[in-house]
Amino acid sequence: MKWLLGIALLILLVLPNFLGSYLLTVFIFIFFYAYLGQAWNLLGGYGGQISLGHAAFVGVGAYTSTYLAMTYRLSPWIGMFIGGAAAALLGAVIGYLGFRFGLRGFYFILLTVAFAEICRLIVAHLEALGGALGLFITFTGDPWQFQFSDNRYYYYIALGLMLASMGIVAAVERTRMGTYLTAVREDEDASEALGVNTFGTKLAAIVLSAFLTGVGGTFYANYLFSLQPNTAFGIPLSVEIILRPIVGGSGTLMGPILGSFILSPLAELSRSYLARGGLSGVHLIVYGSLLIAVVLFFPRGAYPYLRDLFRKRGAA
Amino acid sequence: MTLTLLAQAALNGFLFGGLYSLMAVGLSLIFGVLRVINMAHGDMMVWGSYLAFVLALRLGLDPFVSFGLCAAALFCLGVLVQRGLVNRVLDAPHEMQILLMLGVALVLENLALVVFGPETRRSESAYGLATVWLGPLFVDVARLITFALTLAFSLALYLFLFRSDMGRLIRAAADNAYGALVIGANVSRIYTVAFGIGAACVGAAGALMSALLPFSPAAAFPQTVTSFNIVIIGGMGSLFGAFLGGILVAVAESLGAVLLVPSLKELVSFILLVLILLFRPQGLFGGKTR
Repeated sequence: MKWLLGIALLILLVLPNFLGSYLLTVFIFIFFYAYLGQAWNLLGGYGGQISLGHAAFVGVGAYTSTYLAMTYRLSPWIGMFIGGAAAALLGAVIGYLGFRFGLRGFYFILLTVAFAEICRLIVAHLEALGGALGLFITFTGDPWQFQFSDNRYYYYIALGLMLASMGIVAAVERTRMGTYLTAVREDEDASEALGVNTFGTKLAAIVLSAFLTGVGGTFYANYLFSLQPNTAFGIPLSVEIILRPIVGGSGTLMGPILGSFILSPLAELSRSYLARGGLSGVHLIVYGSLLIAVVLFFPRGAYPYLRDLFRKRGAA
Repeated sequence: MTLTLLAQAALNGFLFGGLYSLMAVGLSLIFGVLRVINMAHGDMMVWGSYLAFVLALRLGLDPFVSFGLCAAALFCLGVLVQRGLVNRVLDAPHEMQILLMLGVALVLENLALVVFGPETRRSESAYGLATVWLGPLFVDVARLITFALTLAFSLALYLFLFRSDMGRLIRAAADNAYGALVIGANVSRIYTVAFGIGAACVGAAGALMSALLPFSPAAAFPQTVTSFNIVIIGGMGSLFGAFLGGILVAVAESLGAVLLVPSLKELVSFILLVLILLFRPQGLFGGKTR
């Protein structure tokens, strides 16, 4: 398995030299959504705390670094960590309120949706942040301002983000916190009874997850060159974030990556081919049907099945 | 800012509140009986609106007449969704049920987008612009009729649930599904009927709302979220809580639109929701906690 991943990585490293600009974009989206999915996976997959408001962290991170870059000329390379910290703070507030008052399942989901919507409404009414129209970044091509004229740089940054998130989640998996998180997901009351600090564990998970997602916000803003409250904080982005880990297999290291390699090209293809024909809703119908099919037929996601398949073949 | 203006806003909100109540009662019924969260609630509502719109456009039926037909159509949709999909995940973890319904929501919303396009629509009604003066306040006739109809619909639902055998069985299954099974109730049939009625409620609300407010496929998810807010604020699983919560949230939003900026009115219900979640998670009128 390890050498297989090594070869895959090697291929991904040399791949940009052989790709046209369209395929390069597809890969950038694959990596970026895998990254966001991995950040969500930490809280939702390993910890079992489903957030349907993760777009709020993308939005806060993106707006923070972009605002700092536009008003103070602060490099987004620094701003991305400030944005991540701001998102982590929001995550801490949501986590503190939600977990302190013991909100579970549906109630927690609703709390995350409510906070994302509150953020969206507030930002849409702040003149300093461009209001409902949003912020537009002017292109200068300055690498220090996170701008590149060659798409290949974005490719490597997105790849780096994805690999970093994998490294972080793999490290968390090996620590005590990873074990605690899984325990909380499987049976919160039992793990509490066994002495696990469930409140602290969940809080740490949401803060780390929000930080990573917030850092991703800077990439989001500087790759798209514009930010609108309805897209950066919107429910559709939150849905995009949770789809990949769940389709790939939530609570597994490879799940978000696999999910993104399945879904992102599908989304991109259907968006560019179906939407061009004026059928803007079709790709979301495909998405919805896929989601229904996954829940009915592969409730654990694609990765566990694939892994079992590999193991069986190895045993034979 | 005069008192009259505030009273006017409160009155408008109150008369609009019947729709919110009907919407929330449908969601609360589905959750109370099946323990499943209908993420596609707003999408079902939008389909109710489009049905009323098409009936008004093609057959000249006023939404105040056609809402019964729309409710019946949505009942059928609800039965189909329950039989075909929800029934299979009743024992699955909550998040899987939510994802399934999210899938249904995506399909329904974008099917509406493909069929009807992204433009905002509004059903034609003969009473669209009529008003009656009540002292210093004016009463929008369309809202008044809407309120009366939602009240009648809710009353019919109440009589069904509390006076008919099927209704009693539905309430029994909501209290204790296993117990209902033990006394020989056909629980699977009860689930189907309950989901159908929940969908019919929101379908009727959608049909009636189509004459009052412009709507589009994009309105679906916000309506789902609003329904959730109301049900949580009123008290999950309590039908009376959902009914009163609907009126309360409508009045609060209407006042918020006058006191703040109109586009910030949703903020009022979200802040209300966060406060309720934190300090009274069982909701304003929800007595028992599970």
